[in-house]
Amino acid sequence: MTAWLVRRVAASVAIVFVVVTLTFILMDLAPGKPMLGPTERLADPEAEAELRRQFGLDGPLGVRYVSYLRQLARGNLGASFGLRRPVADALAEAIPNTLLLAGAALLIDFLIGLGLGVYQALRVHRLPDVALGNVTLFLYSVPTFWLGLILLLVFGAWLRWFPVGGMSDPVLCPTVSSFYCTMDRLWHLALPALTLGIVGAAGTARFQRAAMLEVAGQDYVRTARAKGASERRVVLRHQLRNALLSFITLFGLAFPFLLTGAVLIETIFAWPGMGRLATDAILRRDFPVVNAAVLLASTLVVTGSLLADVLLAVADPRLRVRDLA
Amino acid sequence: MTLQAWFALLAALALAAWAVGALRRRTARHEAGRRFFRHPTAAWGIGILAFFAIVAVAAPLVTSFDPRQQLDIVRLKNQPPSWSYILGTDLYSRDLWTRVAYGARISLMVGALGMLVAVTLGTLVGAVAGYYRRWVDAVLMRGVDVGLALPRIFVLLIAIALFGRLPLALLVLVIGFTSWFGTSRLVRAEVLSVRERDFVAAARAVGAGAARVIFRHVLPNAAAPIIVSAALGIGNVLLLEAALSFLGIGVPPPAPSWGNMIADGAPYLATAPWTTLFPGLAIALVVMALNAVGDALRDALDPRQEAM
Repeated sequence: MTAWLVRRVAASVAIVFVVVTLTFILMDLAPGKPMLGPTERLADPEAEAELRRQFGLDGPLGVRYVSYLRQLARGNLGASFGLRRPVADALAEAIPNTLLLAGAALLIDFLIGLGLGVYQALRVHRLPDVALGNVTLFLYSVPTFWLGLILLLVFGAWLRWFPVGGMSDPVLCPTVSSFYCTMDRLWHLALPALTLGIVGAAGTARFQRAAMLEVAGQDYVRTARAKGASERRVVLRHQLRNALLSFITLFGLAFPFLLTGAVLIETIFAWPGMGRLATDAILRRDFPVVNAAVLLASTLVVTGSLLADVLLAVADPRLRVRDLA
Repeated sequence: MTLQAWFALLAALALAAWAVGALRRRTARHEAGRRFFRHPTAAWGIGILAFFAIVAVAAPLVTSFDPRQQLDIVRLKNQPPSWSYILGTDLYSRDLWTRVAYGARISLMVGALGMLVAVTLGTLVGAVAGYYRRWVDAVLMRGVDVGLALPRIFVLLIAIALFGRLPLALLVLVIGFTSWFGTSRLVRAEVLSVRERDFVAAARAVGAGAARVIFRHVLPNAAAPIIVSAALGIGNVLLLEAALSFLGIGVPPPAPSWGNMIADGAPYLATAPWTTLFPGLAIALVVMALNAVGDALRDALDPRQEAM
């Protein structure tokens, strides 16, 4: 188990390293210069050379790459071109916002999704299952950002139940912290979190329903029933527990979503998080911010799948035996 | 809408319904065909796909306008749906239904071709890795690991934003080149199990080369999961195209795609919601149909996983 874990962690670090390198090279290959479009150029070549020197963009690719890695090893992410501040500061500001949004969305996703999936599996092929199946199929298929726009229209513009964007009351809450402001933040959080949560829940419900049904045909479930266990016990103890194993994989896949999945939703709801920071940085060619965002995102992807594997090994002894062999 | 366009639209609906019936009759002889149509939403999925495919092909017939023609920028801007403009008009006074119909051409083409590129690449890489195993497998699969760890939306953004707006063909290629990693893992797993079967050993014993064994014996027997993942994958590419176009870096205007139509409509969400609503509904319908067909295909081709 330990040797396996060490190998997996080493492989994960290597993957992130390759991803970071690829991004660095890709950014360098692109035509055009920081903060300028592909076809734009500065009139004064001297000013351009000076800018390049200031941003550390002079010198050959290899030299810059090595110095970038050296800084990275010291935990220095560099300074943003456009924001005129250290990248780490910008990230530190954006990450909590995204964590709040994605955390709320994942909570909605898993609670509703798991509940619906289990409920559907209990009523399989009957009216509630078929009806919910069609609803989840539709929600699973809509473009998330479009659903966000529609919810914004109905609940923000028409019914005026929720604000149409931002994180909190822009006048009062940046300075005052109070019960009102906490509620105000939740109120602003509701629509974007619901949008992401509903779409996610539809996928989770479909997945969980299938997992429950797959387990339902297993021998140990039939045995439990034959022993005379109550239906409730069969479903909760035997079916759900085993169906949750595949849910762990789903959780691993959802993990990177915590910081990057919300790119478009953050744009639509004017939510100052990671997705928006990264998108803006890419469109403005703010290399250091983009590199940091890609580093963060790929780290989350490999951490998510590593976490899922470890959790699976903990939860399912069969896998442990196989890996040791 | 002229009378002729209305007739063409009705004909498209009838043709789609007929296509579903015809397909059902043609496949009823096979067990897999019957299993496919036993899935509750399979027939609807096929019908919706057939309808949009017909609309895409016959776009000039089912509408009487030009998708880029600005009818009357002063008086016909952001008009609600009416008998003359059944889905309303957009911010440049263009007929929305016309743009949805012509947009079907571009969106469906991007989805299908993007997926074709992705499935071809994924199948090739997966088959080679699974067939040769050893270091070939190790190298290719580590590459796939890296590909899966790349945040796809960021990579696409970087590629497209940095190199300027891509022409449609390149956009399709870029989407395809970043979407094949999952398929290759799937194919590899399938090939690993198929290659151990006796008929593969027999083929090799009579002297068939690697290419012949892979294409004639291994892949046909690993086709089911590839087909299913392709059906589900088109939907994902459609959603991706919509997202990219919404960010303003997908299909370049004034050509209509469902994604850039939503982007056009979004600023007028409160005053002209139909300009956002209908293209999004079109995407949702098609992706839903693809998911339904994908589910049914899995039931039909791979009875082991009936539960899904």
